[in-house]
Amino acid sequence: MRRVVITGAGTVNALGADVASTLTAMANGVCGLTPLTFPDADRLQIGIGGQVHGFEAAAHFERGKLPLLDPFAQFALVAGRQAMAQAGMTQIPGDPTRWGAIMGTAGGGNSTINDAFKTVFEDGKNRVHPFTVPRLMNNAAASHLSMEWGLQGPSFAVATACASSNHAIGLAFQMIRSGMADGMLTGGSDSMLNFGGLKAWEGLRVMSKTGCRPFAKSRDGMVQGEGAGVFVLETLEHATARGAEILAEIIGFSMSSDAGDIVMPSADGAARAMIGAMGDGGVSPDQVGYINAHGTATAANDRTECAAIRSALGGAADHVMVSSTKAMHGHCIGGTGAVELLACIMALRDGVIAPTIGYDLADPECNLDVVPNTARDAKVDVVLSNAFAFGGMNAVLALRRFG
Amino acid sequence: MRLDVQEQIISIIAREAVLEPGEVTPDMTLDELGLDSLGLVEMIFAIEEAFDISVPFNANEPTQTDFDTSSVGAIVRAVERMICGEPREALA
Repeated sequence: MRRVVITGAGTVNALGADVASTLTAMANGVCGLTPLTFPDADRLQIGIGGQVHGFEAAAHFERGKLPLLDPFAQFALVAGRQAMAQAGMTQIPGDPTRWGAIMGTAGGGNSTINDAFKTVFEDGKNRVHPFTVPRLMNNAAASHLSMEWGLQGPSFAVATACASSNHAIGLAFQMIRSGMADGMLTGGSDSMLNFGGLKAWEGLRVMSKTGCRPFAKSRDGMVQGEGAGVFVLETLEHATARGAEILAEIIGFSMSSDAGDIVMPSADGAARAMIGAMGDGGVSPDQVGYINAHGTATAANDRTECAAIRSALGGAADHVMVSSTKAMHGHCIGGTGAVELLACIMALRDGVIAPTIGYDLADPECNLDVVPNTARDAKVDVVLSNAFAFGGMNAVLALRRFG
Repeated sequence: MRLDVQEQIISIIAREAVLEPGEVTPDMTLDELGLDSLGLVEMIFAIEEAFDISVPFNANEPTQTDFDTSSVGAIVRAVERMICGEPREALA
């Protein structure tokens, strides 16, 4: 089977408008959660989020193109351009029918839906913008990436709620590894920080009003973010031949389903995904130096995830570093795995482990090394990236340091 | 009224075609303006919003309507007829 490497990365999220600023913020333990500023935010009970500030859409897109782009597609396209630039490509090398775009999203054009509903229900108008459907469709980000870069191979959107990005990246990895494609733009994107989007989340009563404190005894819920992460994946052979800088190698991927509850997580399902990813990558638990946790800061997730890590890694769980960067950028839902993969790349490439900030009180039910509050220098060879979705759908990626 | 309608419509069409209003004349066709099918539905939406009218137009059969889009001038005349309160049936 072919080896698959990451040669480009891009992002837009609350911590930064690109990878460099995001990694700097992660290394410094910066909290990107701020008071929410969008229409009707004052009617929400939840006042904080990982909102992207200062993103000037008009600076990135032609005037004629912009009406077709929901923020989730805008974030994906900007991240895609960064990823392509880092990969040193101005166009797809080789056969474009062998390249595609696989993007995760949970909400798709949620902001467009919010605007359109407001128009017809609240404003009482009888028409909405004609591009409402092409803006809101879940495959819009993947489609626009394919159009912008001429990717003529397999492209589609993946929707597995909070695991969407990991499922998308994992499928892209599998398709390249198996020979179905030569390269992919892949990752995830979401933008649900609008009145309707957050109202729905409030209803579930899992959101924190005070902050995101994964694994801490004081944790009281998740804080929502928004943004995108996009990566260039290609074969090792191809990347080497064109002299590309390799950020990391993806070595394993595994998916599992809890087949249990629609919102409550299961340690068994999560553990099976981690064991599967290690098995797929041919690594043992004691080789895993860092796990980028799903770590939502809900009472249930963090407790269950720690139990799953102990179950999957056995004794090696006593030594592995585990952190959740959601405390810094918020839970970017369908885009979160892609943003969090940046922390994995930083761990492998730069030897910097992003911290779990907001950690103020230990929880005996989360008694792992959660790299509290301050980043740590450590050389790690293998990392896992966890994503566990509502609906009990789990996706874990395994990556290895290259070179 | 006529000049006002024409000016407004030319301004809308120019915006959709990414041209200056001065570059758009009544005899021009949408093809000449470089408006594709998406640009056309966006233009119709903008006209509906500006004049508070409902334009009968189906992109599947763009010629099967009394809303004549064969030229900028034809669009101006069609809108004028609609805002002058001509019965809806006559246009459907």
